[in-house]
Amino acid sequence: MTAAPTPRPGGARPSVPVTLDGTDVLAHEGETILALARRVGVPIPTLCQLDGLSVYGGCRLCSVEVAGEHRLPLACATEVVPEMEVRTTSPTLANHRRRIVALLFAEGSHVCAACVASGACELQDLASENGVDHISYEMTFPRTPVDASHPKFILDRDRCVLCTRCVRVCDEIEGAHVWDIAQRGNQAHLIAGMDQPWGEVSSCTWCGKCVAVCPTGALAWQGTAPGELHADPGLIAFLTDARDGTWDDRAGGNERRDDEEVAP
Amino acid sequence: MHDIHTIDPVSRIEGHAKITLHLDEDGGVADARFHVTEFRGFEEFCRGRPLAEMPSLTARTCGICPVSHLLASAKATDAIHAVSIPPAATLQRQLANLGQIVQSHVLSFFHLSAPDLLLGMDADPATRNVFGLMQTEPEIVRGGIRLRQFGQEVIESVAGQRIHGKGIVPGGVADPFTTEKRNAIRSGLDEALGSATQALALLTSLQDRFTREIEVFGRFDSLYLSHCAPDGTWEHLDGKLRIIDAEGATVIDQLDPADYRSVLGEAAKHDSYLKVPYYKPLVTGDDPRPGMYRVGPLARINIAERFGTPIADAGLADLRERTGRIAASSFHYHHARILEVIASLERIDGIIDDPVLLDPRVRAQAGINARRGVGASEAPRGTLFHDYEVDDHGVITAVNLIIATGQNELAMNRTILDIAREYVDGSTLTDGVLNRVEAGIRAYDPCLSCSTHAMGQMPMVLQLLAPDGDVVCERRRE
Ligand code: SF4
Ligand code: SF4
Ligand code: FES
Repeated sequence: MTAAPTPRPGGARPSVPVTLDGTDVLAHEGETILALARRVGVPIPTLCQLDGLSVYGGCRLCSVEVAGEHRLPLACATEVVPEMEVRTTSPTLANHRRRIVALLFAEGSHVCAACVASGACELQDLASENGVDHISYEMTFPRTPVDASHPKFILDRDRCVLCTRCVRVCDEIEGAHVWDIAQRGNQAHLIAGMDQPWGEVSSCTWCGKCVAVCPTGALAWQGTAPGELHADPGLIAFLTDARDGTWDDRAGGNERRDDEEVAP
Repeated sequence: MHDIHTIDPVSRIEGHAKITLHLDEDGGVADARFHVTEFRGFEEFCRGRPLAEMPSLTARTCGICPVSHLLASAKATDAIHAVSIPPAATLQRQLANLGQIVQSHVLSFFHLSAPDLLLGMDADPATRNVFGLMQTEPEIVRGGIRLRQFGQEVIESVAGQRIHGKGIVPGGVADPFTTEKRNAIRSGLDEALGSATQALALLTSLQDRFTREIEVFGRFDSLYLSHCAPDGTWEHLDGKLRIIDAEGATVIDQLDPADYRSVLGEAAKHDSYLKVPYYKPLVTGDDPRPGMYRVGPLARINIAERFGTPIADAGLADLRERTGRIAASSFHYHHARILEVIASLERIDGIIDDPVLLDPRVRAQAGINARRGVGASEAPRGTLFHDYEVDDHGVITAVNLIIATGQNELAMNRTILDIAREYVDGSTLTDGVLNRVEAGIRAYDPCLSCSTHAMGQMPMVLQLLAPDGDVVCERRRE
């Protein structure tokens, strides 16, 4: 994971004219559509994106419409250009987002009632915000054994949405690179170390950052009962801001920004 | 002899209780079977899950007494963590169980059984329900509704807002108790006790109307099993088990629930998913019936010497005036339930004034320290066992649940048999038979969604089977 970190607009005044949902706004040079939208208060759903980590562009939930483009560009990975006309909502986008969320449910075993993250889960939030009230795809209900080998943490791959936040945070922030994604397509799955039980991976420092950023109940502290897990994805932006000395660039100064990071 | 007609459990009529009466060659009723469903595949479902999920998982699986499952499950996880939970957590869990006993018994009595008792077993089924009762006895019904609400509030004060609360966790409870919660419970107690004592007076006054039913409704010898304090005081959540015989003599005392296998066997049945637990020392062959024992309110009041609280103890003494030391008729389950509601309210009264209840230390943290753990509790319907085995990391490898309805199944069959022998005449099934079989089953308050049907009508199918298995007569109630 070596992609450049999410561009952080500096103190310079925004100067790039862009139309966002029919409104004229000024963007910073090099700003992503997502960063711009957030700055001006327009919500765009995201899942894999997390401030403080590199851009992955894997979940495609942040897709938007841009005039003149046939495909749906990713707001988290697309920088604005002058005169760009962006739409963040449309029937096509709503349908697209609902399908993505429904597929994520269908390919995992998401029994919310028994899940540690229930009530504080970004997948649940995405479902309710995007009107996914039923799944018409065939549910696969995988039964992958949970990895409870780590003394502090537990991994339930059947709740993993392959957002790679854990992969990136462990590599880019903690520097331990415990996680990778093995295989591809519907075989893709998270592995620890050299595909070992997590508890046997000696590079893990037990820092818990992966648990803090996981959007679902896939990663949790050992002994967490259903509904008790409260992830802390805002932790990462807090750390990177502290490291980079970029406190003042951000709205709200040096406050922890977890309110912005958890799905709205 | 007669053949037992094999009923494919899959063909069980959805949402209906199914009862078969088996005739012998002479046209007499030889056997009766209540076909119970159970948590299908539950054991399989839990395998591979982390231990900490078990309380919520089991509570979600049974929608009828989730709190009982939460508690038995949490106790099994405590055993695997090898912790004794903080005293404040013990009190909170006790509160939750007492609240559960109140709300469940009140539902059973006021909503499901009172119409039979107050309006008569032969009353028109269209009005023999809680709505019919509302017309004739509005005060009673209203008191019952408020009482149930009170029980619910006590549960919520511990387990959280929703019915499948997440407040009961491995190692104790999630949150310390608060003075606000204590005050709220305190303010509702007097009225709750008032409604409960009123119900007891009413039930006592009705006894003479039902002398025949008391005779016929499961008045037979059996063993009884429940938790019981070493000094014989009624117990509902903690401590050990006692088994007594039909005369009241102690058969086994202070049995650790973790050793249940030393005395309880489980017979697999070909016509039901339910395993039938029996008392092993009395069973020599394949037939589990000699090992029949009863659990639940009747068993608890027969086993206990006393409740240990004044109003309930006065009521118990009163009942024993009529029945002798042992109330053998399953009809007295109703009485036992109301006595337990009163005892629970009196216990709640004691607990909420205990300063320990407000102690902020409510959860013991520990790793996996044992490979197996058994948790038991007195669910409203009877003793509930959760038995888990885990691997080194606390992932479930085996689950065994023993539920009250399963343990009472032999006694329920016997009760239906007795009723059928008394009321079935020839080869037709009358409404009176249907009503009494229903009432006989309801005495046990079995945990079937159909048996807690809100309308007070149990959807059921009653079949009379010839020795060759042919259906001679069938009555259905939707
Ligand atoms: S606990 Fe820290 S070091 Fe271990 S896998 Fe998670 S992020 Fe990496
Ligand atoms: S474990 Fe969690 S953070 Fe890691 S890829 Fe899966 S969903 Fe994302
Ligand atoms: S948030 Fe943009 S692709 Fe996941």
